[in-house]
Amino acid sequence: MPFRWRNSHLFWPLAALGGLLLINLLLKPEFFAIRYQNGHLYGSLIDILNFGSPLAIVAVGMTLVIATRGIDLSVGSLVAISGAMACLTISRGADQQSLHLVLGAVLLALAVSVALGLWNGLLVAGAGIQPIIATLILMVAGRGIAQLITSGQIITVTSKPYHFIGAGWLFTLPFSVYLAALVFLFAAWMTRRTSLGMFIEAIGCNPAASRLAGIRSRSILLAVYMFCALCAGIAGLITSSNVSSADGNNAGLWIELDAILAVVIGGTSLAGGRFSLAGTLVGALLIQTLTTTIYMLGVPPEITLVVKAFVVLAVCLIQSPSFRRAIAARGVPRKPVASRQEVSRHG
Amino acid sequence: MVDRKYIPLLVTIGLFILMFLAGSLRYPGFLSTQVFMNLLIDNAFLLIVAVGMTFVILSGGIDLSVGSMVALTTMLSASLIMQAGWPPAAVIPLVLAVGTSFGWMMGAIIHYFQIQPFIVTLAGMFLARGLCYVISIDTISINHPFYTKMALAKIRLPGGSFISIGVVIALLVVLLAVYLAHYTRFGRNTYAIGGSESSAVLMGLPVARTKMLVYAFSGFCSALGGVVFTFYMLSGYGLHAVGLELDAIAAVVIGGTLLTGGSGYVIGTFFGVLIQGVIQTIITFEGTLSSWWTKMVIGLLLFLFILLQRVFTARTARGRSV
Repeated sequence: MPFRWRNSHLFWPLAALGGLLLINLLLKPEFFAIRYQNGHLYGSLIDILNFGSPLAIVAVGMTLVIATRGIDLSVGSLVAISGAMACLTISRGADQQSLHLVLGAVLLALAVSVALGLWNGLLVAGAGIQPIIATLILMVAGRGIAQLITSGQIITVTSKPYHFIGAGWLFTLPFSVYLAALVFLFAAWMTRRTSLGMFIEAIGCNPAASRLAGIRSRSILLAVYMFCALCAGIAGLITSSNVSSADGNNAGLWIELDAILAVVIGGTSLAGGRFSLAGTLVGALLIQTLTTTIYMLGVPPEITLVVKAFVVLAVCLIQSPSFRRAIAARGVPRKPVASRQEVSRHG
Repeated sequence: MVDRKYIPLLVTIGLFILMFLAGSLRYPGFLSTQVFMNLLIDNAFLLIVAVGMTFVILSGGIDLSVGSMVALTTMLSASLIMQAGWPPAAVIPLVLAVGTSFGWMMGAIIHYFQIQPFIVTLAGMFLARGLCYVISIDTISINHPFYTKMALAKIRLPGGSFISIGVVIALLVVLLAVYLAHYTRFGRNTYAIGGSESSAVLMGLPVARTKMLVYAFSGFCSALGGVVFTFYMLSGYGLHAVGLELDAIAAVVIGGTLLTGGSGYVIGTFFGVLIQGVIQTIITFEGTLSSWWTKMVIGLLLFLFILLQRVFTARTARGRSV
């Protein structure tokens, strides 16, 4: 059968991203200008990649969790905790410029994140609590923990090696872009080149059947929640190192919602099962492009939320089979559309 | 022997009494009717919002838009009264209608297009919060005589304590909700849909109408909570009530309602709100504790209650299968 491009789950997210870029091209052609200066590339497109990387990293972890029919609401709090932990360790150190100290702080922050991910995983896989509720606990308590670590203040660090993580440049591109690419490639490799991805989809489709089929769903669930927390931890390091400070209250605020949005826009169903990491990446880029576009067009940034609301609704409606059927029932002959849906749902 | 279905509710009430007693033993001046009344005064808007949330959660859904809806209500009221010069008698019905139709629309999208409530109400949350900023980015303070009168009004109770108008409204909402939940078809349908939506459809219950009504009721409660919040704060601001949806969900869960839907009581939510209030009051009385301990204690309580529910539901499930 020939490849039907409209059936690809990447079609709608890519179309939306393309449409957004087209608006920019028509209204602000300088949007696409990329300058080369002091060995660094500058421009709106680079900014999108740079500022979008924490969201992309969190969204990659979230994709795997959602594929298991779960959800992780605690990532925003984890972003705050990880940044706070790293900044606290560095600010307590004797020499902030020491690479050892920064490395230790980074490892400690990531270890704490993974441990909290283990806690989420144990609640979901061990105690059998609904994921949305299990992770709600850490979402609420985690902000408190982050503020406890920073003692309710903003910890500022002067460490140059730490600043490099979120604001450094490597081979003309921001370092955070490489981190995002690394996380994405690792997740893609683990899920597509090993059988792990299939196991995750199996758990998302039918937990009971996959357990009977011999999949050790508990350990896989644990691993998935720990990986998601690790992603949130990395994003937290980027966010806090970018501004060289940790803010327990506001770091990573609402990033869980943006990440879930990116996943849903990318075509992964919240009902679990089939997932698309590439779609998530497009979704994350779409959200960041939207934010940057709104800034570029000179629209008050506060209105971003209204635009975002309509984008969310539009994307979800387009993906909803009953909405497409309702639209198809008007005008377009019904049958071919219905059969195409069948293909896209199973393909 | 108490019926097993009341156990989570009794645990909640017991916990509230225990916390209040612990506070009374530790701090002089804690054990007074006014401290209890202040719990209600400071949390009246949360109570109203949480009652609406109880219905949504009972039906198996969730409503993330409530906090933003409260903010939008304060903003709409403030701008209509202070900038457009409308009388409160026109503004209050208008904002209630806006909240109700906002919720009703979300319910319609959730039901007819089968999109998860989480996503639809998330979009609603963004939309309402964004609309606040479209109206104004800054705080609009209200000094209309009616609103200041409502804010300052104290209803004296026998025994020397007093409550605010907001508390009266909140208590009326709780009574109405108890009536709706247990003595009307709407309430029974809500429980039935939360228990199993497909069974409710097969039983011929009006699932579509009930689901839309549930979200409309939650929208109404958020708008009413917003009105009470406006009395309390006397201003409209886009950053009002940030994170209120979490407090409301926490109150419902601590109140013993199952997040999967189908089981729970409005009165439990009432005590869930009071427990959160007591935690805040204790932290204020302690003086040396910082505000973030509130979040951690609420997180811990959520954990305990979810675990309790888990044990409880596992036991009934086993009981059923035998």
